[in-house]
Amino acid sequence: MTCTPAAPAADMPLATLQRAFRDWLVEGDEAAAQPLGAASGLAVYQNNYRSALVESLEASYPRLLAWLGSERFAACAATYADAHPPHHWTLDAFGDRLAGMLAELYPDDPEIADLARLDWALGQAFVAADAVPIGPADLAAVDWDSAAIRFVPSFDRLVLRGNADAIWRALVSGEAPPQPRTELPSPVVVVWRQGFETVMRRLDEDERRVFDLARSGLGFAATCETLAQGAGEEAAVALAGRALGRWLGEAMVAAID
Amino acid sequence: MTQTLAGFGLGMRRPHHAAYVEGSAPVDFIEVISENFLVDGGRPLDTLMRARANYPLALHGVSLSVGSADGLRADYLDRLKLLVERVEPAVVSDHLCWTRTGGFNAHDLLPLPMTEEALGVVCANIERAQDHLGRRMLFENPSSYIAFAGSMTEWEFLSAMVRRTGCGLLLDINNIFVSATNHGFDALAYLDSIPWHAVDQVHLAGHSQGEALLIDTHDRPVPDSVWSLYCAAVARGGVRPTMIERDGDIPPLDDLLGELAIARTIATTGARVGEAA
Repeated sequence: MTCTPAAPAADMPLATLQRAFRDWLVEGDEAAAQPLGAASGLAVYQNNYRSALVESLEASYPRLLAWLGSERFAACAATYADAHPPHHWTLDAFGDRLAGMLAELYPDDPEIADLARLDWALGQAFVAADAVPIGPADLAAVDWDSAAIRFVPSFDRLVLRGNADAIWRALVSGEAPPQPRTELPSPVVVVWRQGFETVMRRLDEDERRVFDLARSGLGFAATCETLAQGAGEEAAVALAGRALGRWLGEAMVAAID
Repeated sequence: MTQTLAGFGLGMRRPHHAAYVEGSAPVDFIEVISENFLVDGGRPLDTLMRARANYPLALHGVSLSVGSADGLRADYLDRLKLLVERVEPAVVSDHLCWTRTGGFNAHDLLPLPMTEEALGVVCANIERAQDHLGRRMLFENPSSYIAFAGSMTEWEFLSAMVRRTGCGLLLDINNIFVSATNHGFDALAYLDSIPWHAVDQVHLAGHSQGEALLIDTHDRPVPDSVWSLYCAAVARGGVRPTMIERDGDIPPLDDLLGELAIARTIATTGARVGEAA
């Protein structure tokens, strides 16, 4: 039987003990740990803490892990854990700032942060609130002069620096990923859920113009008017109609009201 | 409709979701980690609701942090309450531990000193949680790897918790074995002193031998040492709703059902097959 000696922490107020324990876990502060107990036991908690954080990031960022490889990913995870100790009651939220850190760490490899943003956005979409998307049959009563498009709760839009979406798809399908390259104009990717399946795709140039106006809060009629300033009224209505029709067909729209 | 927990169950883990959604797994109840379902929607919640239609459900949390000196997080309590109202579980449980201090969350079940101060903190937090949820909760004895000097034993602490708050206990037999081995206390004395009237659920699990300590890993079958202690628990407290917790290296469902059959045998005969009662 292995016995650990009782630690002399009984006189320490509970709040002080818990802050010292935090300092040990986050910073490996041995001075903070000294009054807490035997090194062997503290090492178990330190290991549990670090392991759980790395496993959480691996679960949140599966394609980033595949892209970086486990060794480089683990180094990123350790740097991230030091810089951003977990703050939320759910471990699933731990990685919410990883992409920002990667953008700073790897300014010349923008696909790294972009892959992280795609993984994160798809993970968020997976557990976003449910919604019944509307279809073309639901448009009969819409007042187009005032109507604005509301996308489903799982919907998100990302502006990428390059072809991270193609790399992501290749990693999912097990194909050789393309070489990373930057693109101008910056690709816009939308992420959402069809039923329980998360999906993503790029917006084409026409869709993007309609989307940016619609997302800025303009109603559908005002969107068409703005588009008409460049394209003419008939073309603008056709452009907006095509985009909206596609979005409706792909279960992206929760309401037009 | 809220159901009651009875019999023998398993933790619902992803590789076996289909069997629970179909209702084909021959278990009396299921348990899930609450935090995995504190989400807005999507497949996880749908899976839980479908499984819930087939089995009584226990919600087992890891983030209440009932030992936090600075109290509970209101946003966590609100989310947990929403889930409780949605799935109407038979049991809502968490652990006698702390996970959070200030804005930091360790996501591990950290040990508490067995002191009057800690008891006061824990009881105040339990009362707040039970008031918020409008129901009694169960609290599980954790495995621990350090033991602070304190003024009472863990079983005295648990007994006082029950007396002061009316909470119930989720007795983890493996955790008793792990902590007793790590800290050199008598596991049978623990079982002799537990307020059995408050024990509404029992966990069984496996552990691993670390460098110097036993580690509560839940990644292997229930070992003989834990089965023996379960026999002793049944002899003292009778049969309580009992389940196997398996969180790593998850085997086929049939393997876990085989372990559950051992638990049923012990509950019926007081001993494993081939052993004297």
